[in-house]
Amino acid sequence: MAKVLQRQRLVPNIHWLELQAPEVAVKCQPGQFVILMPDERGERIPLTIADWDPQRGTVSVVFMCVGTSTHKLSLLKPGDEIPVFVGPLGRPSEIKNFGTVICAGGCFGIAAIHPIARALKAAGNRVVTLLDVKANYLLYWEDKLRAVSDSLHVSARDEFFETGDYIPRKLESLLEQEKDASLVVAIGCTYLMYRCAEATKPKGVRTTVSLNPIMVDGTGMCGACRVTVGGQTKFACVDGPDFDGHQVDWDELFARRKSYGEEEIRSMCAWEKDVYP
Amino acid sequence: MAEEKEQKKELAPELKERLKAGFDLEWRKEMRRAIPVKERMKIPRRKMPEREPEERNRDFEEVNLGLSREDAVLEAQRCLDCANPQCVLGCPVAIDIPGFVKLIEKGEFEAGGRKLKETNSLPAICGRVCPQETQCEEICTLKKSTGVSVAIGNLERFAADFERGSGDVFIPDLSPSTGKKVAVIGGGPAGLTVAGEMVKRGHRVTIFEALHISGGVLVYGIPEFRLPKAILKAEVDYLCRLGVEVRTNFVVGKTATLDDLKAQGYQAFFVGVGAGLPNFMKIPGENLIGVYSANEYLTRVNLMKAYDFPNYDTPVILSKRAAVIGGGNVAMDSVRIARRLGAERAMIIYRRSRHEMPAREEEVKHAEEEGIEFHFLTVPTRYIADDKGRVKAMECLRMELGEPDASGRRRPVPVAGSEFISEVDMVVCAIGQSPNPLLIQTTPGLKVGKWGNIDVDWKTMATSLPGVYAGGDIIRGGATVILAMGDGRVAAEEMDRFLKPLP
Repeated sequence: MAKVLQRQRLVPNIHWLELQAPEVAVKCQPGQFVILMPDERGERIPLTIADWDPQRGTVSVVFMCVGTSTHKLSLLKPGDEIPVFVGPLGRPSEIKNFGTVICAGGCFGIAAIHPIARALKAAGNRVVTLLDVKANYLLYWEDKLRAVSDSLHVSARDEFFETGDYIPRKLESLLEQEKDASLVVAIGCTYLMYRCAEATKPKGVRTTVSLNPIMVDGTGMCGACRVTVGGQTKFACVDGPDFDGHQVDWDELFARRKSYGEEEIRSMCAWEKDVYP
Repeated sequence: MAEEKEQKKELAPELKERLKAGFDLEWRKEMRRAIPVKERMKIPRRKMPEREPEERNRDFEEVNLGLSREDAVLEAQRCLDCANPQCVLGCPVAIDIPGFVKLIEKGEFEAGGRKLKETNSLPAICGRVCPQETQCEEICTLKKSTGVSVAIGNLERFAADFERGSGDVFIPDLSPSTGKKVAVIGGGPAGLTVAGEMVKRGHRVTIFEALHISGGVLVYGIPEFRLPKAILKAEVDYLCRLGVEVRTNFVVGKTATLDDLKAQGYQAFFVGVGAGLPNFMKIPGENLIGVYSANEYLTRVNLMKAYDFPNYDTPVILSKRAAVIGGGNVAMDSVRIARRLGAERAMIIYRRSRHEMPAREEEVKHAEEEGIEFHFLTVPTRYIADDKGRVKAMECLRMELGEPDASGRRRPVPVAGSEFISEVDMVVCAIGQSPNPLLIQTTPGLKVGKWGNIDVDWKTMATSLPGVYAGGDIIRGGATVILAMGDGRVAAEEMDRFLKPLP
């Protein structure tokens, strides 16, 4: 059980949810995730931890509405309780002084990259942050990310921004400028992480991605989240979620994430009947 | 396993005395006189009423309906009340079997249930899931003389259900509070047993469970039609009434480490985190959509209630042609679930023959009745995808039995050139589970064996860390509920002993 303290829509379809979870709050480290169940009939879904306050005992996550579970979460109000909020799960991101690091986050990944960028900055890195959004009105937490970065860039297919460019091209040009960059951390949807890894591969810059396969238990018990990295099967929930982006079998991950495409639609239709009679 | 066999060659003297004390009771003597042995041996074994196969293979209601009172008494009469009860030797927790069976014969059903609970904290569960045919019932004297044992399992279920259903659940007197805190990590059969034993001894017990419902395999592994969840809930509620604190959504090793718990004042620990690490065959195509580990398939259906999708949000593939690889209870559960979820062909693919199948006899029989296809001496070698990365067929190889391997069973040997393709739209890999490594990885100093299981002293269940004990599947690999419970009882006694001198 965890109590909802606040929920806000940050930008259309992306919400921030803050919950009271004192035990999780004192243990959180950047890169870890929690498993939530929005109600008694819900799914168990993983969400990267966006921020936490050990003193107040609070943990927050940011999510995009894509299906029934996230839509249920988007309707939560302060005081509501959710039956499952377990964590922190997964291995924490590797935080040390790498020198110069490019932190790339897209959509819900903008929130996920925040604690990692913050920790890398605190560890003495030069942090160059790149945020990707589909359109200008979908950008959020710009100030929060700017505060933990040495420089902040935005890529979007929108002339509002200086370059109407998708993230990989922006990443390539950044790597041209930041010759000392020894690590790229990319978090966002599978496609974004894949494209970022492809962009950095020819330059041989180490790229860490936070993989997002479907999960059920989150403690290594079921194998739903298995991914192939470097030719070996790994469980994203206990071996990850961070992996070397250049070693990931992306085709397999894309395919497995579509395992329940039809069921997801059925579920949304059934849920909408309940919510909008 | 060699270790358990060592432990059970002889009944412990104290147990022998207790059994004899029961044997010598006046009413037991009279009951033996009332019906002579020859008469008892003539009573045919009472059949467990079961739901019709073609009706029950469409839903998740319990298959067995339970003995009637009359049949329970008749079945209890079959028991010869041996002076030297071998059945007790066959039981991993040495239940006083004649003790409870004779109480059933006497008509004191609730007392029978209570007698069970003296030794077995989860009798309603064990009565349903124990492989009695390889334990108490195999060694039963009646079986030796007539070929058919007393239906000890069915009687255990009867008495336990009666006691529970009577609404008058017996709450034992607890020992005076010791003020000492015990952490039970894992709310499965082993952990539930330890919790029950320790709280009765006056300690303050907290169960830490990673999932959102306690029970372990009892809740996510074993389906509703074998073990109704209401029974499990009743057992956990019973523990809470005794004073056990249950904290779900708590992953020890992540939410807090063992050392964190020590700092919070816990002085003794029991690790019962189970064999929750699925084994895969490591063959091509195993990561295709539609290929599940048994753990995932069962968890979706049993824990997350995917059989009631979309009322419950978690989906599971509704297969028409399902292949379940394996021959144990987990494989039986998986294939029978697939059948219930609409599979026209629900198949078991097993590398040995029927004779070698480790599954519980009753489950295999029920599966056969429900229309499960058994393909023996067959293994899959790869899975074949459609253009969307979903499994559409599997390639298999025929096997024949060669020399016995380390487990004593004949080793399957491939038959060259016997490859064939079979259309399937779902595969469940149920070839075994290994110990879950999560806690082990985050607890330095915990000695671990070759297969990832926690190393223990088999007499005390003590691990390499002082004050830390372990039992159940985490020390054995995937095994049975009753063995986990047996470990729990041994560990509890040792933990109590460990705590006594502590401040």
